[in-house]
Amino acid sequence: MREITYRQALNEALAEELERDPNVFLMGEEVAEYQGAYKVSAGLLQRFGPRRIIDTPISENGFAGLGIGAAMVGLRPIIEFMTFSFSLVAFDQVVNNAPNMFMMSGGQFNIPITFRGPNGPAHQLAATHSHATENFYASVPGLKVCTPATPRDAKGLLKTAVRDDNPVLVLEAELLYSSKGMVEPPDEELLIPLGKAEVKREGSDVTVVCYAQTVAIALKVAAQLEEEDISAEIVDLRSIKPLDENAIFDSIVKTHRVVIVEQDHPFCGVGAEVCYRIQKNIFDELDAPILRISQEDVPMPYNEHLEHAVLPNAEKLVAAIKQVCYA
Amino acid sequence: MQPVEQRDEVDMLSLMLLIRRFEERASQQYQAQKIGGFCHLYIGQEAVVTGAVAAVRPDDYVITAYRDHGHALARGTSADACMAELFGKETGCSRGLGGSMHFFDKQHHMYGGHAIVGAHVPLAVGLAFAIKYRGENRVTLCFFGDGAINQGSFHEALNLAALYKLPIIFICENNLFAMGTSVKRSTSLKQIVDRAEGYDIPGEIVDGMNFREVRDKIAEVADSIRKEPHPAFLEVRTYRYRGHSMSDPASYRTKEELEKYRLDDPVIRLRAQLTREGRLTHEQFDQLDKRAKETVLAAVKFAEESPELPVEKLHDYVYFNGAGP
Repeated sequence: MREITYRQALNEALAEELERDPNVFLMGEEVAEYQGAYKVSAGLLQRFGPRRIIDTPISENGFAGLGIGAAMVGLRPIIEFMTFSFSLVAFDQVVNNAPNMFMMSGGQFNIPITFRGPNGPAHQLAATHSHATENFYASVPGLKVCTPATPRDAKGLLKTAVRDDNPVLVLEAELLYSSKGMVEPPDEELLIPLGKAEVKREGSDVTVVCYAQTVAIALKVAAQLEEEDISAEIVDLRSIKPLDENAIFDSIVKTHRVVIVEQDHPFCGVGAEVCYRIQKNIFDELDAPILRISQEDVPMPYNEHLEHAVLPNAEKLVAAIKQVCYA
Repeated sequence: MQPVEQRDEVDMLSLMLLIRRFEERASQQYQAQKIGGFCHLYIGQEAVVTGAVAAVRPDDYVITAYRDHGHALARGTSADACMAELFGKETGCSRGLGGSMHFFDKQHHMYGGHAIVGAHVPLAVGLAFAIKYRGENRVTLCFFGDGAINQGSFHEALNLAALYKLPIIFICENNLFAMGTSVKRSTSLKQIVDRAEGYDIPGEIVDGMNFREVRDKIAEVADSIRKEPHPAFLEVRTYRYRGHSMSDPASYRTKEELEKYRLDDPVIRLRAQLTREGRLTHEQFDQLDKRAKETVLAAVKFAEESPELPVEKLHDYVYFNGAGP
């Protein structure tokens, strides 16, 4: 194992998959000559050439659709959205074409495509550039959605996504690109299955279900609460769809209390689905009502203090944990 | 592989008759409530797709919008599979899961059947991208209606095709109406073909009621593309005799206009050309027509007797697991 950044981990995943399979290509705005808006694709043009690392005009609908068409005849495109906020311009392609093709062609055309890029609020980007899209996309049958929180997960999930025979969205996080973590050496194949959560920290008093940017918040809070004799178990979903509900249940059977901390909006958010499944399957295990921390139900304001108030944060999570623990 | 320019014109007339009789029978079965959802008929436009497939190879890529029955039939999908699809049966070309607007046939390189106006034009560019990526000699034929040319996806796709010099023919089947809105009320240009100029794509106008003109033009363009990949644009002027869909009485146009186009009917025109040249007798024509009607009637019977996909298989068509449903 060695320590690398989330950005480097994604870059390695791209390079390894491009190297492995000649049908894989990377396409998006600024991915080639500019070396990536967030430098995730740095060096790939030099290594793989312009046939496989392809700059596009600002035409999200057009190049997302191009990728889907290429996937219909067996190529394995990786389509980068500069941010998933811009994927909304291509919503029709991502929602109407990619996941529907298999059903509406009677099983003749599966779409092996990866859509990737940063998702969720970054810092003071205001309403149009801060969308957390995981709950929109996870509600669409035919799509798979993963949300890596660490460099290791980023590498392993992206590689798995590229090899999947269905449309997979890899929702990265801008604020995590420079974060560091331990990852297997490049000569060791790292594939992390979609639909497998991971306990990022073991605990016994309360389960915190989290993903993407909220994992770091949860881990920080868990460390802090240890000093107050509250032991929090941190379950990182890693994939939103398929959802590893058993990992959630296993943890709650141990702790009997749960807080969900998510980065999307509360109405029909990821946590709403998780809550439903918990109460349906292990209602009797619960010793307290389930609480959810999400964004406030408002468009994102630019003002820094207001933005902070909208986002899930450590203070909100601590309060929720204490509430479910009656502490 | 048969060079298409030499595909027999009598066979192509047969194909046009098959499409026409298929659509007439589909209309009747729709009214008898054997067919659900939306159903858009191709009657009047037969020479466009027939001319196009006569000009290209069987392994070239074809993709179209929702008025797609003719395209599947022209590509080689059986009338049985097409009618069964309309009936929602497992034996349909999309196993009864797509319906009228979503005909797919991988074996015959028919890539749909797409029902969001303009949304398949980027897909078509992706098919063409794959051809160039793999260094193949194929051409993509992308059909769409005059209604698609004002969608953003259309413009983005044309720009991408021109930028990357992809082997694709954009074939605008201009039947003068996007549902009930005439081109004059939807499009700022005097002629649709001028859209292509904005993307530095060569464009031409073709008489879509004339099989030979469509075939020859597409053969010429496809030939040029095979020599050196590039996009091309054809505005093919045609006319649909029926409303936009089965529920549309088409009261937005006059009887006189419809009659004018009926006089220019693509089937009658090719028939007259062949008769004049001594290549088809009246008896032979009647025979072809009779065969087309019989094929379609047999297809109705096939569709009626076919099973539906069982509910237990519903979830097999959401994610591909490598093994196939």
